[in-house]
Amino acid sequence: MPVQRKEERPIRSSEDVVGVRQAVRQQAVELGFNLIDQTKIVTAASELARNTMTYGGGGLVRLESLEEGARRGLRLVFEDKGPGIANLELALKDGYTTGNGLGLGLSGARRLSNEFAIDSRLGEGTRVTIVRWR
Amino acid sequence: MERIPILKMGEYLLVTIQVDMHDRLAMTLQDDLTSKIVTARSKGVLIDISALEMVDSFIGRMLADIAAMSRILDAETVVVGMQPAVAITLVELGLSLKGVRTALDIERGMALLRSRIDARGREDAGPA
Repeated sequence: MPVQRKEERPIRSSEDVVGVRQAVRQQAVELGFNLIDQTKIVTAASELARNTMTYGGGGLVRLESLEEGARRGLRLVFEDKGPGIANLELALKDGYTTGNGLGLGLSGARRLSNEFAIDSRLGEGTRVTIVRWR
Repeated sequence: MERIPILKMGEYLLVTIQVDMHDRLAMTLQDDLTSKIVTARSKGVLIDISALEMVDSFIGRMLADIAAMSRILDAETVVVGMQPAVAITLVELGLSLKGVRTALDIERGMALLRSRIDARGREDAGPA
């Protein structure tokens, strides 16, 4: 799938999480997403960026504009080199958290995306990939 | 330090969130509002989020926590002006904002606050 545009942003602080939201919004607007789809991917990005910061000890996100035939999409890849997730099935359940959040970050981001993939290795880190199509 | 202003108007506190809040700023607002309810002896809090382009689980929880704390401190909270796209996204995210009273705009929000506070006054006075 051809990637039209790539951007990388660090996620180390809660200000960076706001920066990720704004960068995702800008790319979604440029791709012609309607307001509801913009809001969904920005909200999913906010949840995942916060997870990267809080549970992954910081990391980065790659934003990739996709073009597949006539359709356009936005892929976000969140990566950290944190402790990894011991039980993925549990981590994806609504309301489950090892921190003091609401436990909606991963499960909610999955519902707000068209495609969702997670790869986590204990002691190595976690990568979460989401795609939202226009 | 960066802060979201809280305006006092009679027995009400008014907050208009106009910036994309990072998490610490949201926590500061929650702390400031809770203290101000006590020092200003406020009966109602109106939070206008019409300028917010997204509400994620952190901001959603802040709103729910403010509503819960104000109730304990004998004040009512009403959140007004949520954009439709934000509401749709919140529900899909899995947040229903239980315990948070909402109204479409400031005018309706003020009317709701007044009626809630009046109803409380009557309850306190006991049966006539």
